[in-house]
Formats: sequence, C-alpha cells, structure tokens
Amino acid sequence: MSKIACQRKGERRLSLPSKDMMAAIAVTRFGLGARPGEIETAKADPQGFLTAQIRREGADLPQDGGESAVQRFGQMRDYQEQQRVARQKKDGEATDDAALQAAKAAQIVLRDKVGADFLARARLATNTPAAFRERWALFWANHFTVSSTKQITSVLIGPFEREAIRPNVFGGFETLLVASSTHPAMLTYLDQAQSIGPNSPVGVRRRGARAGLNENLAREIMELHTVGVDAGYTQADVTEFARALTGFSVGRDNEGNAGQFMFRDAAHEPGVRTIMGKKYAEADIQQGMAVLKALAADKRTARHVCGKIARHFVSDTPPPALTARLEKRWMATGGDLAEVAKALVESPEAWDPTPAKFKTPYEYTLSTWRLIGAEPSAFERLGPILTGLGQKPFSAPSPKGWPEDAQTWASPDGLIKRMQWAQGFAAVVADRTDPNALAVSALGARLTPPVAKAVSRAETRKEAFALLVMSPEFQRR
Amino acid sequence: MTAQLNRRSLLGLGASLGISVNFLGTQAFATSEGDLAKKKLVVVICRGGMDGLSVSPPVGDANYANLRGTIAMKPDQVLKLDDTFGLHPELKTVHALAQKGEARIAPAIASPDRARSHFEAQDVLETGAAHVYGTETGWLNRTLEALAPVRKVEGLSVGTTAPLILRGKVQAASWSPGKGVDETARLPTLLQDLYRNDPMLGPAFARGLETETMAQTAMTALSATPAMNVAAASTPAMPGAATMSATMANDRQNRAGSEAARKLGSTLGGFMIQAGGPQIAAISLDGFDTHAGQQGQIATRLSYMDAVLDGLHDGLGAEWKNTVVIAVTEFGRTARVNGTGGTDHGTASTGLVLGGALKPGGGIIGDWPGLADNALFENRDTAPTVDMRGLFKGVLAEHIGVDRTILESKVFPDSAAAKPVTGLV
Repeated sequence: MSKIACQRKGERRLSLPSKDMMAAIAVTRFGLGARPGEIETAKADPQGFLTAQIRREGADLPQDGGESAVQRFGQMRDYQEQQRVARQKKDGEATDDAALQAAKAAQIVLRDKVGADFLARARLATNTPAAFRERWALFWANHFTVSSTKQITSVLIGPFEREAIRPNVFGGFETLLVASSTHPAMLTYLDQAQSIGPNSPVGVRRRGARAGLNENLAREIMELHTVGVDAGYTQADVTEFARALTGFSVGRDNEGNAGQFMFRDAAHEPGVRTIMGKKYAEADIQQGMAVLKALAADKRTARHVCGKIARHFVSDTPPPALTARLEKRWMATGGDLAEVAKALVESPEAWDPTPAKFKTPYEYTLSTWRLIGAEPSAFERLGPILTGLGQKPFSAPSPKGWPEDAQTWASPDGLIKRMQWAQGFAAVVADRTDPNALAVSALGARLTPPVAKAVSRAETRKEAFALLVMSPEFQRR
Repeated sequence: MTAQLNRRSLLGLGASLGISVNFLGTQAFATSEGDLAKKKLVVVICRGGMDGLSVSPPVGDANYANLRGTIAMKPDQVLKLDDTFGLHPELKTVHALAQKGEARIAPAIASPDRARSHFEAQDVLETGAAHVYGTETGWLNRTLEALAPVRKVEGLSVGTTAPLILRGKVQAASWSPGKGVDETARLPTLLQDLYRNDPMLGPAFARGLETETMAQTAMTALSATPAMNVAAASTPAMPGAATMSATMANDRQNRAGSEAARKLGSTLGGFMIQAGGPQIAAISLDGFDTHAGQQGQIATRLSYMDAVLDGLHDGLGAEWKNTVVIAVTEFGRTARVNGTGGTDHGTASTGLVLGGALKPGGGIIGDWPGLADNALFENRDTAPTVDMRGLFKGVLAEHIGVDRTILESKVFPDSAAAKPVTGLV
C-alpha cells in the first residue's frame, strides 16, 4: 500500500488503513476470529477495542473446576499407589480384578480431567469477547511450553497455565519467568526437580549414584524462554546456571508441602557462579533468582521475545521496525508486558491490510466455532479433530512449543485435512446459517469479491459454508 | 471399508507414538531409468537426542562401565556385535540384520553443529548446511532438485506438517492417513478455483488432491494383503485417550505400540514397492530426550524403532535388496550418567545404516575414539569421528546415483570437510 511510498520518503509514520479494515484486522489478526457482530463492535475505535482488553490482573481463567497443581499431584500419587497395589497382587497367585479395575478407573478419571482442562480452555477462547487478551495468554502458554510427555505433566498443564501463566501475562516479564521457572509443572517437565549439586550435602552423601546435575531446565530457560540460542552463551554458562538452579524442586508427601515449589538447601551446589561473564555470589535460592532476574533484564531477552511476539501476531518475517518498537518499549519499561502489548497495538506495521499469518489448527478450529457463535461440545470430539489436523491437545512436540509458521501448517495434507473437517462441520451446522451474512460477519472489510462471489454462488448452504471457512481470507489473519 | 479403517488407525497410531512418515520421490519414469530408479532410500530421524551409548553400548571399552554407572549395561545384557560393541537388547531386528551383513553402526557420528540445542541441531541435520540458518531448504528436497533433470521425481510427505528435510523448491506433497476425499463433491474443484491466484495455497492444495488419489490406490492395494490389516493395532490410540495414551503406557500398550510401529513400517514398505510409489522416504521418531530415568524410556523408543525397521524390511519384500536405510539423531548424549538416571545433551551418537543393498562385510563405520577422559569431546561427550553429511553424500552418490559435483555444490554446500563415506553399497 502506501507503506512503500512512506519508506521511500524516510518517514517513520506509516498510514493506517480505514477504520472498517482496522476493525476486521483487530478481530481476526489480534483476536481469535469474529464472533457474530464483533467486527461491528470494534469499528468505532479498533485500537481502543484492543487496548481495553489489556489489564493488570492478567488473562481470564477457564471455567474448569479450578483444581490446583497440589490437588493434581495428590490425585496422581493416589492413582500410582492403586496401580502399585494392583500390580503387586497380579504378580502373586491370583489376579485381583477389583484392584485392577480401581486403578483403571482412577486412570480414566485423571484422563478425563486433562480433557476437561483442555475443553474449558477451548471454550473460553470460543466464547470470550476479549479475544486479544486470550491470544496474548495463548502466546505465553506456548512460549513457556509444558507438554504431556510424562503422565504427571499432562495433569499439570491446566493448573500451570492457570497458576503461573494467566495471572502474569500483563505484568513484568521477570514475574512471569519466575512463576514459570518455579512451578511444579515446569520443574517436572524439564527434570529440574531432582537436580542435585554434586558438592551439596545431598550430593556428597550420595556420591555420584543417582545424585547430580540435570541441566535441561537451565538450557531451555536460556535458549527458549530468555536470551535465545544466538545470544553467545557457552556450554559452561549452561552448566553454571544449572548449578545455580540446584535446589529448585517440588515438595514430597512426607515434607508436608507435596506438589508445591520447594527450595532444597541441602541439594544446592555451594559456591560463586559465573554466567555469561557475570558473577553470582548469592547463597541458596537467591542465587538462582538473581540469575533469572538478570536474564529477564537482558537486552538479548527483549530482542528474542519481541521477535517472537512480532512473528506470532503479524508475520513469519515481520518488519524489523515492528520488532524494534516492541523492544524499545520493553527496555524502556523493564519488560512490562502490558506496555509491550500496547506497543504492538500502536505499531502501524501491525496493521498491514495483507494478512500474512496462516492460522494454526487450534486457531483455525476456534475461529470456526466463533464464526457461528458456538463452542465445542465435548473433548471426545475436539481432541481427535485437533490430533487429525496435526495439533494434538497439550502435546507440543518439544519445549520450543508449537510451530506457528505457514510453511509448517499450509502443507498439502494439512489443507486436505482442513477441507475434510470443514465439510463435516458444514454438514452439521450450515443449514441453520445464512452463508452470505456469515461471510460479512467473519471477514468484514477483509472479505474479497472472489470469496463473496464463490459463497453466493454455491449450490447448497453446506457448500457455501465450507467454501467460506476454506477461503484464503478465512484461513489467514 | 477395510482401507478406511487402516488409514484411520494409522493416523491415530502415528500421533500417539510420535511417529510421522514422509515420503518423497516417486518413480514416474521408472522404466526408462533402469537399476537406479529401483534404488530406495529411507531416512529415519530420531528426534530428541538419541543416546548412542545405549543404541550400541561399547561394553568392551574400558571406560564405559565407570562413566555410565547406574545405567551401564553388562556385556551379557547386550546383543553382541564385536569385541567392543553390542546392540541394545531391544534392537533384535537390527542385530539379526547385522549378522547377515545388512546392518552396520557408525558409533561416533555427528552433524557439524556443536551448540547442543535440539532445535538448532535438528535444523542442521535436516538442512544439511554447515551451520544453523545456513539455508531454509532440506537436503532431501535438494536431492530431488538435483535428480530432476535426470529422472522426474516427486516429493511427498506423509504427516500433517511439512518437515524441514523436504522443504524447498520442489513442491513436496504430503499425506497422512485419513478418511479420503469424496471424488464426487464439487468442493475440491471450487477451492482450486478460489486458490488459483494464491501462490501458497494453490500449489499445496493441488498437490494434496493428487496425492490423495494416489494414496487411495496404494492403500486399496495394501488392504488386499493380510499383513497390512492394521485395524487391530488401534488400541493405544482411542480418541478419548488422545492426551494420555502415550504417557500412561503400560507393558500391554508398549507391546501394542511396537506392533503398531511394525505395521507402520510394513505399510511404508508396501507403499515403496507400488509402481509409482516413493523412492525416497523419511520417518521421524520422537521421544529420545532422556534427561531422567533413561533406561525404561529408551528401551521403549528403541523397541519402536526396531519394530518400524522390522516392518519396513517385511513390507519391502524382495525390494529390500535395493534399499538403504539411515537412522540418525541430532546429537548424542553425555558419556557420564547425570544425577537423575539420565544423560544430558551431548555431541556424537550412533547412526545405523541398514539395507539389502549394503556390501557384505565391513565393521563399524568410522573410527571409535574411545571413552577415556582425554578422548571425550570437551571432557563430556563421545567425540565425533564421522560428519553425517559424509554418510549422506556417500549413499546419495553410490546408491541413488546423484552427481558428485552437484552433491558438493547444491545438496551439501560447504561440506568439503565432510569426506564422503564410500564403499557401503
């Protein structure tokens, strides 16, 4: 658009598109797709519509019964105990069907809780009028990924997002980083809980066997959560950080704080640590906390994370000027995430009318439910849909989280699977809709003549609905 | 109906096992190309940093038992290969093939990356570049590009996401088991029209439709073979269990998982022997990041890998003699056991090279640096003696017939330091 002309003049201020276009962008790019009438609502003041969703107290909490990590730890322990009893009996003379049944039932209860956590989160996203706030929370949940690679982590992901992520997404980055790095879910997922300093009292007592450092969390905090892999740190820095983090652990049953964060003095590696040229002489928990604080304040963290925000919200290859604006605000406010969110909304580069982002399967299916003002009915339906589209619930492939680029998701098979799902979805819901009106409600000023025409010329409502949700405009944001 | 069941259960299985299959390269001009067009290559990517010292424990190395402590294996626990090396007890198929000269180990192989980051190292493995961010295309895709003037090969990835190893100029197709496309519906045609001017969605969707047609033919043929009936293997992937099935695996599920993995392998083999089937395929196996409680985890993962290879061997049938399989990981793990019964990110690991096309005889591939303290890389990891790009180059040149000049300039640029591993086939 006029962007090129502006750049040629060397002018920093870019022109924004019309209010109508901005309303459509606010709802589809910054939000999670339009619910009926949402674009209309945003028209008066599209940027204000978004900034009004930023609030200190954080993101919304899913309505899922609200069980805590502590409760889930207890339930998992009970299940494991039942399983142990059942197995013992099984190894004896007669098989104890009752014990096996009980263990099986306990497993199903836990599994259903994980499903309920995920469903509640999906329902929040489909129903919320503050979808920018929810997208912002989803970004941070993916940044600090915990995935169900272990049976214990699968039941903790819901509590982790509720306790560590959601309350802190509009606070200081340091607070969020500390909350994530001290939550039992993260400490378990990345094996920190059992890491022991070799020269700590526990390490000396156990002498080698099953006592020592585990550097998994230290490495991923540096590489993924803070400064980034290209920050110039070395293996020695990772190991030193792992030493500083020894003692960060989770309480056990006989300690009276089962399932809570616990600092184990006796497991902490004594001594001064040097990480990326900086000395840390603090004792005990203060040492690890001081490193987290320094990492949070590091310029390289601002660069790494702001680049990720720009890639998530705007483009797989965002304009450097956008990242620079976010970084500047980050550094000026000490990593105040509410301010960074505002900077994003205020950046003209974020409002380019050309939609550059291709929706991930989660975003895509959520936006389809939002389109008709509905919500997923059961995890038993939602789970297989997302698994089939390549994004199995709570199962990011690695601590790096889900990929968010078009190259990954706009694959030939990915498109075929979306079409098959769109056909099935349309068969159930389309006859109750007016597809022409839906197209306007879904895309507003982003609706192009070819898509409007294709929808209006479709043979059936089902066909029209499937065409709309499979259109390039609806699949992008 | 049978075909549908097969495809659907495979989809669930792939997801729950962390396995995805990528095909690329179909033999469109097979008849005009003679022997070379029959040659097949399968690349198995073991993601997460597979522990080489567990894959092929060097039980005869004087320092092994001490370094590994609680997780060391005893000489009588492993499947013996030679005086130094054995194979993990779960790798029964690999061992049986090794006895016949159809499997070899490269016990100290690594990519050129030394950062010990999963993501960086996997990028380097898949791009074939000398360093991270060296290129955005995968070396298998550039192989297709290199072969294009000689014989027409098409790319196909099975799985809902496109892996880096086959991203690039050649529009790779992708496919995963699903319910198929209704040929009579108008929607595919209307969508092709809607995507006509879309440079990303247009080509991708067209390729998806073509592939779906081809896959339906291939699956129909497969379902006629009793060995291909995988309906029974759907147990661990019931939809309701989507989140927990992989993690709450008990012994029964492990057995079912192995059986499913075996059937996935045999299905892949079945695809590759179809006329017009893929000549080159890639499979990903996940779950090798064993920081804690390593022994149980790696046994399960290696049993899946062995089962995939067993199935592949079966499915390829007589075509096994034209096949080379390479299994590699992004990096190995620390030589010393850590404090949590696991190991942390390291450097060199074991690569496996299998296939009926291998020359008989020959011991390990590359030198064994040993595990003495002063032999370890940074006093920590198995030291690399073979650059995996050298292995890839050797196999592509001698087995697939890729021109050596193009290999050095286009497929693996800046790889002069990685000497091709020759004489394997």
